[in-house]
Amino acid sequence: MGRKKTIRSVIYYIAVTAIGFLMVYPLLWMIMSSFKETGSIFVTAGSLIPDPFTLQNYITGWKGFAKITFGTFFKNSAVISVLATIGTVFSSSLVAFGLARCKFRGRKLLFAMVLLTMMVPAQVLMVPQYIWYHKLGWVGSYAPLIVPYCFAIQGFFVYMMYNFIGGIPRELDEAARIDGCSYFGIYGRIALPLMVPALVTAAIFSFIWRWDDFMSALLYVNKAKDYPVCLALKLFTDPSSTSDYGAMFAMSVLSVLPVLIIFIFFQKYLVDGIATSGLKG
Amino acid sequence: MMKKIKSWLCKESVSGVIFSLPFLIGLLLFLIVPLGMSLYYAFCEYSILSPAEFIGLKNFDTMFHDEMFFKSLGVTVFYTVVSVPLKLTFALCVALLFQKTTRAAGIYRAVYYLPSIIGGSVAVAVLWKRMFAVEGTINQILHSFGVQNTIAWLGDTRTAIWTLILLSVWQFGSSMLIFLSALKQIPASYYEASTVDGAGKANQFFRITLPLLTPTIFFNLVMQMISGLLAYTQCYIITNGKPMNSTLFYMVHMYNQTFIYYKAGYGAALAWMLILITGVFTAVLFLTKKKWVYDGGD
Repeated sequence: MGRKKTIRSVIYYIAVTAIGFLMVYPLLWMIMSSFKETGSIFVTAGSLIPDPFTLQNYITGWKGFAKITFGTFFKNSAVISVLATIGTVFSSSLVAFGLARCKFRGRKLLFAMVLLTMMVPAQVLMVPQYIWYHKLGWVGSYAPLIVPYCFAIQGFFVYMMYNFIGGIPRELDEAARIDGCSYFGIYGRIALPLMVPALVTAAIFSFIWRWDDFMSALLYVNKAKDYPVCLALKLFTDPSSTSDYGAMFAMSVLSVLPVLIIFIFFQKYLVDGIATSGLKG
Repeated sequence: MMKKIKSWLCKESVSGVIFSLPFLIGLLLFLIVPLGMSLYYAFCEYSILSPAEFIGLKNFDTMFHDEMFFKSLGVTVFYTVVSVPLKLTFALCVALLFQKTTRAAGIYRAVYYLPSIIGGSVAVAVLWKRMFAVEGTINQILHSFGVQNTIAWLGDTRTAIWTLILLSVWQFGSSMLIFLSALKQIPASYYEASTVDGAGKANQFFRITLPLLTPTIFFNLVMQMISGLLAYTQCYIITNGKPMNSTLFYMVHMYNQTFIYYKAGYGAALAWMLILITGVFTAVLFLTKKKWVYDGGD
């Protein structure tokens, strides 16, 4: 009996490990290729070990295009993602608190609208929003990539925070009200500090989504010096550019590094966010 | 006076509206206005750069005579109908593997879930393009297994779409996590009772696990189907509709019409048609819900 069990668990681990290896193989290949000599990447595409090991791809890749280094692209991505994330987390928390804790006319309708925005994906708005932002004169600036997010338009975050506030005991609000605290005081002094886990989850997802938001960058950012990393990477695949695949892989690795770091350190928040509110990873 | 204003602002109903103000403004400015405007432009000839001219239903007439519209719709529906069930089956099978919480399960779960977190990035799209290139990894590995002919995965109309389907299935991690959390909520007593009654593992799966998971399957199906119909970035970078439009996704067609051929009026019509199509698909799924989704046993 015991022996049969051992054999079964050995088979289980071999199977799980083998599938796991297949799953990460593409990423391993990308990372390993970035340390190979650029000329040998495809000659040795079947093997993972870089021989010889070189950092040259990172040096040439970092130089970027037309005298604009990847330092600039990373700075642009960071500015866009951080500002949009701060805006969306702060505005969503305000709206979620109002919907969860204040009674007012139209609250139910508003809540239904929040749920509705969850059903309208950004992609179907591509053309409508472009036409509108063009009228506003926003094309060519970062405004379409940052400003809308400061107005709690991602229903997912409002909904998630709304549920979280629902778990905070109302007695705390009532005690504060008796002491003369306004709703704004309750939000700032009681709800916000208690909401930190929900804020962190929202911030993580928002940051990852904004960092990877290729479509908006493609539509609204025109000048190469304003490109975020995702758009700059695309330049490597353009037929006109000299294809230095080593540099391309090196910069690809760097571009996923921030997301990878978040994944490693905040995995619990990511898993909870997906498992409890169905946020898409 | 100041005091009066202050106490008015602090009233519950007024505070609630003030808290909701960001969303009210956002909803109006970034959803309702653009959607409304584009609804009007869907009936116009409009190139963004020149003023719009009302042409009635002509854009929709063009659409129904546009071969590429039907082609892209077919490609997108094929992609969705193939990739979503594959992805969910995979997600469910792997979730069942990890159902028992062991020490190693956490690490494995992370490994399986990693592709969904970074799969949407340009880096992965660029990587996929190189993997399936003629001189790429996939062919090299096939060579080392003794396969002689070199396959142009991305250049062949029969295989190109499958590279995109594979990329989508590869990102089954988030569906897997949703399944895992649903599996944890099935009371262990159900399994114990059925074991006492002499039910085998397979019987338990089909009689207990699967029926209780149907709400989760439904949720995953709706979410994944919508994102399948709206897939864009990966296709744009990896194949951009080539070869011979065999991977022309609806979104890419819409992008091309609007931003390459400057037919924003037609693009707006395509956008509204997409909203309609997504709505119809979702509605059909909801109509079938009663037939197969377990509703709590009332």
